Amino acid sequence: MAVTFRRRTLRRTGSLARREALTFYLLISPWLLGLLLFVLGPMVASLVISFTKWDLLSPARFVGLDNYEKMFTRDPLFWQSLKVTAIYTLVYVPVELAGGLVLALLMNQKLRGIGLFRTIYYLPSVLPGVAFVVLWMWILHPDVGLINTLLSYVGIEGPRWLADPDWALPALLMMSLWGLGRAMIIYLASLQGIPQHLYEAASIDGANRWQSFWKITLPMLTPTIFFNLVLSVISTFQTFTSAFVATNGGPLDSTLFYVLYIFRQGFEYFNMGYASALAWVLFLIILALTLVIVRSADRWVYYEGEAR
Amino acid sequence: MSSATGHHAQQRAWHSQRVRQKLGRAVAYTLAVIVAIGFLLPLFWMISSSLKPDYQVLEFPPRWLPDPVRWANYPEALTYVPFARYGLNTLFIAVMTIIGHILSCTVVAYAFARLRAPGKNVLFVILLATMMLPYPVTMVPIYVGFNKLGWVNSFKPLIVPAFFGSPFFIFLLRQFFLTLPPELEDAARVDGANILQILWHVILPISKPALATVAIFSFQASWNDFLAPLIYLHDQSKYTISLGLNFFRSSYDVRWGYLMAASLVTMLPVILVFFLAQKQFIRGITLTGMKG
Repeated sequence: MAVTFRRRTLRRTGSLARREALTFYLLISPWLLGLLLFVLGPMVASLVISFTKWDLLSPARFVGLDNYEKMFTRDPLFWQSLKVTAIYTLVYVPVELAGGLVLALLMNQKLRGIGLFRTIYYLPSVLPGVAFVVLWMWILHPDVGLINTLLSYVGIEGPRWLADPDWALPALLMMSLWGLGRAMIIYLASLQGIPQHLYEAASIDGANRWQSFWKITLPMLTPTIFFNLVLSVISTFQTFTSAFVATNGGPLDSTLFYVLYIFRQGFEYFNMGYASALAWVLFLIILALTLVIVRSADRWVYYEGEAR
Repeated sequence: MSSATGHHAQQRAWHSQRVRQKLGRAVAYTLAVIVAIGFLLPLFWMISSSLKPDYQVLEFPPRWLPDPVRWANYPEALTYVPFARYGLNTLFIAVMTIIGHILSCTVVAYAFARLRAPGKNVLFVILLATMMLPYPVTMVPIYVGFNKLGWVNSFKPLIVPAFFGSPFFIFLLRQFFLTLPPELEDAARVDGANILQILWHVILPISKPALATVAIFSFQASWNDFLAPLIYLHDQSKYTISLGLNFFRSSYDVRWGYLMAASLVTMLPVILVFFLAQKQFIRGITLTGMKG
């Protein structure tokens, strides 16, 4: 009697669990469908297209690994775009990580009107990309721009910025600094999550603020630094608007960012095959970089509750 | 005697600590002000230039304040190209996208937050992974697909994907739903409500702050988007505000006063939303930023 009863409840919970699972899959079906239509499907399609020569008008022609071979051996612009993007990433990511942290530390002080300061710092990073870039094109105007005017006050004749192959990329980097508030606000959120008692305990032990920073603040922030690092690398590899609007890759391809190059191949020359191959290589690069960062996390990211 | 000097020394130490604290605060304040000026200067320059008469815009050395102030730059700039049209187009796309995101993401997020099913954890990891997938990676094949459907040069490619959810918003809402006590739903379940009724009548009314965050982020993304509209919209009458501004720049790039006026107007809705909904912005970041 008892046995059959237990078996029946078991079966009943089993069918309940099955119903719950069914409901789960039903509810997430829009996303699952989207995953298929806008992520997995396109990734596979992209791989297939990358083995063809296709201009959307005439039928696609299978060319094997031609696109990839061209990319690596016969296309200097591919290497140029990779170089531009890599330099930009290597310079901007550390600057954003450190600069955002410094701003966040400053904004974590108990100062009068701190809310206003935070708003001022964060605001530029929510502005529309095109308007942001157009504004900076004006600020970087070689003759009457804000930057060169300020430089002229101290007797420096500023470069021609966006029109100079040596200065165009640094100019875009400077422009990006105005968006530093994004990283700051993420740091700030986690700075405020650090329990105060840690600092109190440290100060009882005689630690000064400098020591508290290195022994408490920085370790507690490592998960956020990690998060910002991944986000920052992925977004710098996607740089498009500033290069397209401000310089269109020039002068002399000095700001030919990788995504701008994909855009040109795909939507200006309609080389769908080649653009797909470029996109797949971008995917592999970002995947590899993310994996390296995630792997390295064990060594330097501190998670609370973890014995060290 | 010795206790008195000890007391004295202690007081002095306390005093010097206070002084140092005050000094530190003054330094921090000065620094904060200098950086703030640096952040505000571009905006000031934009506003100042947007109000200058043409002959003053390219004057050297430039003057900091326009004299006389020329308000007419605004109406003139905004009618040079049909900015009202661009604004309405963008607003339409933004509103449809918000509807799509709210409808799809709440349902998916609720399932991830509350239901148990085999394979759920794997799917959640996939969701997080796709959050990191850059748009340029899939833009070519997605374009090919929409081209096959004949949707190029329409708003559909910019709107329809929203109805299939967005990993970021699903994640954000799931984090929020997890903070709600499950007891609320138990009561409704006892009353015989099904899961969609519970979601609609119990969960959504108390989720307004999180939904507002999604709506705001979604609006901002649509309003600021450039690459996708650039790929899909070819008719000038269908341009979004960012496309319109870029078109304006490439056609009239000598008229910086007009361009600055148009840029400021383009920024205005985002600035407005930002000031009205700063709390939601910050909440979105704290919900998704860390506590994964």
